[in-house]
Amino acid sequence: MFYREAGQFKSTYQTDQAIFPIVQDRWFMALVFIVAFVVIPLVADEYWHQAIIIPFLILALAAIGLNILTGYAGLVSLGTGAFMAVGAYSTYKMSTAFPDLNIIIIFLLSGVFAAMVGMVFGAPSLRIKGFYLAVATLAAQFFILWVFNKVEWFFNYSPSGTITAPPRELFGVLVTGPEASPVARYYVCLVFLVVFAFAAKNMARGRLGRSWMAIRDMDIAAEIIGIRPLQTKLSAFGISSFYCGVAGALYIFCWLGSAETEAFDILNVSFPVLFMVIIGGLGSVLGAILGAAFITLMPIFLTNAPPMIGIHLAADLQKHIEEIILGLMIITFLIVEPAGFNRLWQIAKEKIRKWPFPY
Amino acid sequence: MEVLNTFLIAPFLDMADSPIFLLEVVIGGLMAGVMYSLVALGFVLIYKASGVFNYAQGAMVLFAALTLVGLMENHVPIIVAIILTMAVMVGVAMLIERYMLRPLVNQAQIILFMACIGLNFVFEGAGQIAWGSNVKKLDIGIPENSFEIGGVLLNAFDLTAAITAAILVAFLAVFFQKTAIGRALRAVADDHQAALSVGIPLKTIWVIVWSVSGFVALVAGIMWGGKAGVQFSLVLIALKALPVLILGGFESVPGAIIGGLLIGVFEKVSEVYWGPAFGGAIEGWFAYMAALVFLMFRPQGLFGEKIIERV
Amino acid sequence: MSAEPTVGRKIGDVILDVANVSLSFGGVRALNGVSFDVNEGEVRAIIGPNGAGKSSMLNCINGFYKPTEGMITFKGESHHQMETYESASQGIARTFQNIALFKGMTTLDNIMTGRNLQMKKNFLWQALYFGPALKEELENREVVEKVIDFLEIESIRKTVVGRLPYGLQKRVELARALAAEPDMLLLDEPMAGMNHEEKEDMCRYILDVNDEFGTTIVLIEHDMSVVMDISDRVVVLDYGEKIADGTPDEVRANQRVVDAYLGVQHD
Repeated sequence: MFYREAGQFKSTYQTDQAIFPIVQDRWFMALVFIVAFVVIPLVADEYWHQAIIIPFLILALAAIGLNILTGYAGLVSLGTGAFMAVGAYSTYKMSTAFPDLNIIIIFLLSGVFAAMVGMVFGAPSLRIKGFYLAVATLAAQFFILWVFNKVEWFFNYSPSGTITAPPRELFGVLVTGPEASPVARYYVCLVFLVVFAFAAKNMARGRLGRSWMAIRDMDIAAEIIGIRPLQTKLSAFGISSFYCGVAGALYIFCWLGSAETEAFDILNVSFPVLFMVIIGGLGSVLGAILGAAFITLMPIFLTNAPPMIGIHLAADLQKHIEEIILGLMIITFLIVEPAGFNRLWQIAKEKIRKWPFPY
Repeated sequence: MEVLNTFLIAPFLDMADSPIFLLEVVIGGLMAGVMYSLVALGFVLIYKASGVFNYAQGAMVLFAALTLVGLMENHVPIIVAIILTMAVMVGVAMLIERYMLRPLVNQAQIILFMACIGLNFVFEGAGQIAWGSNVKKLDIGIPENSFEIGGVLLNAFDLTAAITAAILVAFLAVFFQKTAIGRALRAVADDHQAALSVGIPLKTIWVIVWSVSGFVALVAGIMWGGKAGVQFSLVLIALKALPVLILGGFESVPGAIIGGLLIGVFEKVSEVYWGPAFGGAIEGWFAYMAALVFLMFRPQGLFGEKIIERV
Repeated sequence: MSAEPTVGRKIGDVILDVANVSLSFGGVRALNGVSFDVNEGEVRAIIGPNGAGKSSMLNCINGFYKPTEGMITFKGESHHQMETYESASQGIARTFQNIALFKGMTTLDNIMTGRNLQMKKNFLWQALYFGPALKEELENREVVEKVIDFLEIESIRKTVVGRLPYGLQKRVELARALAAEPDMLLLDEPMAGMNHEEKEDMCRYILDVNDEFGTTIVLIEHDMSVVMDISDRVVVLDYGEKIADGTPDEVRANQRVVDAYLGVQHD
């Protein structure tokens, strides 16, 4: 009754192609922004920021990146962790080498480095397809992390082998390192996510996105239409890795504070991010964000749920039960809605549109 | 010049220096390779029959080994324990078919792959809850002494394991090439719907295939577990089998076997002769890189035919 | 079906010249020294029994297969072999025997991919979706809308093509090819699997395209009444060799064609 497009006429192609063509959607987005920019920083305490919200924002950014590659261009990658590591380590090197350079510029440059590395490892995608490519990206994952572990130059010869985010300011406010306030780090991550989410959406609905999807759906026909396969696949790898690289930089500088290569392990990063993309819905920016929310919240919920209802388990047992439940939930979710949260969202919108007279 | 020497000349000089040692390294590689073949075979069987990239294969190895050790710790005789474990694996296969494969039929491969990662978590959690997460010793009475043939040092356990695996591989190859079930399996692999339309029971085939691959996992679990103890790291041998798969092809049984042997030898040789030059710990990625480089030049893998694309 | 070629069409000079093209896969010879030409503005048909090499011929013309021998000249440029994606920029578009649409995309997006080559703005502009990128997007949308209008598929603009019925998918595929505003259109069995009415519609679209835009058309079709009605000249292939070439009437009268393909004539 309240959510419908009847009476909203579009008289130009421009309004027809807007991101939120329906007025109610625009109101809803405005509400989301108010909550994100005003309400959450006022309400959330340090635990919420550190344990849930900041990792969610960062992983959502990585998930959008992976979704460009896997969802839009149809190239499965298990190397997300490695590309994030490239972003993190280049940020570390640059911020220690050029302490006066603006940290945002460093983040972006790190993304560019990650994009270049991503394109190198994406080059085989012209000849290698499907799961062969997925396994091939594991080569990137293991090799890159090995390099960061072995070559001491990357962690400035620190004896522990860890990289630690130096304190850097933005507009006079400390935004990185252990001293920075959670709210400041929250805003940095939020702005990155919002800006890059819209950029991804714009690319996805333009020529570039159509080329990616064309290659994904039928590469031969796409080539005959004049879409160059190598260029298109490399652009997907590059842009995707840029996102992952920036996310990796934020991961260390705005969240963990310091880390070793293990933080970018396949089990810690690559798989969870892939889950986010699939559970959120392949080929959807919104889906990647919803998927990231689900995958970040789920383990926290599972850890906290038993004590809340009065069950106290041995840490070991608790961990294994969590594993089983997470595994079963993933399988169940895939069975119930293989198209992910994005599809559920569409269905919900459809239902509201017809409410209260579904016929 | 220094670098060229360390990477391109010194290793070969070392090899020429002591051919017996090289032979030992190669044999060691072959034996490890047989194990890789075994795990890769489990992957290939499932991929051929159901188009599923079963990432949980490694967790199945752990699960089977844990079940076996757990039973043996409770004083079940070894033969009975093996049979019981096998029964458990068949039961697991039926559960997987009923509650995972059937509802997900006709979904995209990546969805099934994700489901298998979920399955991986379930296996890991369940195995460790049921049987604990300590490192367990698995002793099934295979001698572990070393002996010499013609100056080459061999380990009895490795040899037994290699021979067992070789027999198993040969048996499976015959089973899937010559029997009616094998033919049905190949038909299913080619086209699900066409196979169904000529009356091949898809569900039964899936249960059989997952059971067989559970059996392969059990054998692999016994061999790896007997050698290094049954522990969580068994899951990681699945990662070792992946380069084998891209080298040999996801759908090729001979590919899995030859690919496994090649990767085994390659990995051992590179580790011994090139490892120090790289600063060690290269076994994590070397096989992947090698398989990747190989694929760049031959995208159809070891035994694949040249693909002719049509529109 | 009485769609006579409209009077007033202009048949120009040779636009495509296929000279002595051979193609083999391993030991199998799919095409063996085939030569023919196509004039500008013409409707040219390639017919022949299954496996005669018709689709392989189209695949050679647009660079998807690389001929083992021979030369293909399009608009005065000679190619022995070329990259697949180059053919589109030369002005060749095509449809496929088994529909090759992008199944996960909407009709509109599918047709917009046909405009890809006309869109030049780089990814940074696209990420902003503003200024030149937006202008470019809207200009091309207008071209696409004209095609949509022409083929009467307005109502399915925002439908994902995987869900459309077969006949409409064929039409969307034609729309995608037309959106590129090609000089030459290759149609691989545009009417296969259609009922009589759909075939009539498709014939009308093909002739309209040829007539209004002067697009040269090369088509493969099995329905003889269609081929004989709409085409100006016909090439007949059999086992990879050309066995006849000429106007529909000449081909119909050719004994070798009757033996190999047409069989006894009923009318």
